[in-house]
Amino acid sequence: MATAPANNAHGAETRRDFIFIASGAAAAVGTAATIWPFIDQMNPAADTLAMSTTEVDLSAIELGQQIKVMWQGKPVFVRHRTPSEVDAARRDDYANLKDPQHDADRLLQEDGQPGRAEWLILEASCTHLGCVPTFVTGSSFGGWFCPCHGSDYDTSGRIRRGPAPKNLVPAPYVFTGDTSIRIG
Amino acid sequence: MSGHSTYEPKSGFTRWLDKRLPIIRMAHDSFVAYPTPRNLNYWYTFGAMLALCLVVQIVTGVVLAMHYVPHINMAFASVQRIDRDVPYGWLIQNIHSVGASMFFLAVYIHMFKGLYYGSYKAPREVLWILGCVIYFLMIATAFLGYSLPWGQMSFWAATVITNLIGALPMIGESIKNWLMGGFSVDQPTLNRFFSLHYLLPFVIAGVVALHVWALHETGQNNPTGVEVKSKADTVPFTPHATIKDLFATALFLILFAVFVFYMPDALGHADNYIPANPLQTPPEIVPEWYLLPFYAILRAFDFNIGPIDSKLAGVLAMFASIGVLFVLPWLDTSRVRSMRYRPAARQFFLIFVVVCLVLGWCGGQNPGRVLAQSGDFTATLRWVEGGAVSARAFSAPSEEQFDETAAGMRETATTEGAAMTMVSRSNATDARMMSVVGGTPQTQTVSARTIEALEEAVQEAKAEIGARAPFFVTERASPMAFTVTRLSQVATFYYFLFFLVLLPLLGLRETPGRVPDTIAKPIGGQTQEAA
Repeated sequence: MATAPANNAHGAETRRDFIFIASGAAAAVGTAATIWPFIDQMNPAADTLAMSTTEVDLSAIELGQQIKVMWQGKPVFVRHRTPSEVDAARRDDYANLKDPQHDADRLLQEDGQPGRAEWLILEASCTHLGCVPTFVTGSSFGGWFCPCHGSDYDTSGRIRRGPAPKNLVPAPYVFTGDTSIRIG
Repeated sequence: MSGHSTYEPKSGFTRWLDKRLPIIRMAHDSFVAYPTPRNLNYWYTFGAMLALCLVVQIVTGVVLAMHYVPHINMAFASVQRIDRDVPYGWLIQNIHSVGASMFFLAVYIHMFKGLYYGSYKAPREVLWILGCVIYFLMIATAFLGYSLPWGQMSFWAATVITNLIGALPMIGESIKNWLMGGFSVDQPTLNRFFSLHYLLPFVIAGVVALHVWALHETGQNNPTGVEVKSKADTVPFTPHATIKDLFATALFLILFAVFVFYMPDALGHADNYIPANPLQTPPEIVPEWYLLPFYAILRAFDFNIGPIDSKLAGVLAMFASIGVLFVLPWLDTSRVRSMRYRPAARQFFLIFVVVCLVLGWCGGQNPGRVLAQSGDFTATLRWVEGGAVSARAFSAPSEEQFDETAAGMRETATTEGAAMTMVSRSNATDARMMSVVGGTPQTQTVSARTIEALEEAVQEAKAEIGARAPFFVTERASPMAFTVTRLSQVATFYYFLFFLVLLPLLGLRETPGRVPDTIAKPIGGQTQEAA
């Protein structure tokens, strides 16, 4: 007895079930489609994305100097390394590194061409919590030191001591001429 | 607990209104006739102060928003203009910034009170969780608000915290850019932080309404932790609690006023009076005092845990330290509510309070600061005087075999009678080995208090020995050092131990003291004078 009405009910409700599920699904998709623009509007806007490359003239940077340029609102180090800094960076390719990487790999241009040993282009953001490290002549590893939590980087920008987990990130760049690069 | 309503409308209008919107009845039942336990002490007055703080922050905030400009080039100057040019702007701005600190001071006391008297236990779990939600929203609001003056600390705190999100694997970077609206903290970030900072206090107000609703449903806890059993246990909210709350709030306002009028910047950081500069990090980035304990927990993790790197571990621990509060009602297994009758738990609670203060202190210190050191840093220089020195270049067949080849070279030299050898590698496969045969081996040990001083001493010693040594082999030894980071680690350990181990175990193992049968009747059976 119990099955007959259930079957009837089931038979009678098939169309209803379908409409119920279909309208529920439409409402869910509609809600998601309505919410999405309100979430996506927070993503970087077109003008922010458009300002994504920076040209740098290298001729003004003397040997042993570095400049900070802004790229995508973030500072980038462009360092003209001295031969002794280059030597130290290469020698330490085989030192005991927290994040092992060869100096030459850190100089690679965006198109895969090898870089030039004297020009090191790095994002100026400590990989610990994003402070700007300072280049300290005569620091323990000859390179950058982060004043926030004491991370020490070498002349290739590799992490040597302190809380930062990774090396300073090389910024993507290409040489556009003998004395100019484009970052990004 | 609300029980039967005793409100009786007196005038024609209130009778008319009561039939249509019984709002006066609700207020009367909630804040006049509402029965409160008769033994509430002054720790129970902080709820009222917190309500006041929220109102003060909203009122002053709305006014400040009339003068503030959320633009990276104008924000800093607009705050200065409020302080200097806007009539009474200095007062309103000071109340708002000091108010944030006062709000947190009150909320911390309110939370410790809840912890001590077991106010999170059944049936008040939801009440407690709503409180935790409010606290979390307060942190978010305070963080957003701190970035608005666009000083150095504002900018760098925003940078550090948004970078924390980037520590999440895979999705971290996209969420970070989504939050910032760009690739760094910039105009879009400031604009949205302003918008959200204006919004969140009203969300908090909404959750406060739920918090008070839940409170009135379960009734207030009290210092004995014994539920109200009869009318003899309670007094009406007005005048008893009202006047007590007002008196305590007046004292609180005196402290508030001292800061507003005499030292409005004492609780802030001087670097926030330097306009934000993305090219320069301040010497140290510290959050406002009320977030220092969490900052200490974040920085305590300077080691990787398996696949989780130190940064992510710190972030997870920081969020877990707040998250653990949400599940506290199910961590504490004790059947006795108030720690007044839990002698063992009370000791651990007092240590917990001290640990929270220690974490706060650590958060404001340089993490590498050495608090205690077992001895000096030492370096032992070894060299050979007067031997025959030879240098030999060699190459390993491949990069992988370098170590093997170098060890072989050293062994050969040693069997040939070399007293000391040194290998200096020049690239992947090439190196040069120096060895010295004969002569007299010498050693010298230098020591210094700090590692920097040691390096200096080593250089001095080497210069003094000079050409007598063809080369040196230096062995350095560091003493055991107890740094701020170590102290943070110990304190962080206790913080989680207290919630995750001590509270669950104590409830099962401890012998509680004797709990009174009712609030009105203390232990010993003496009857209090009739209510």
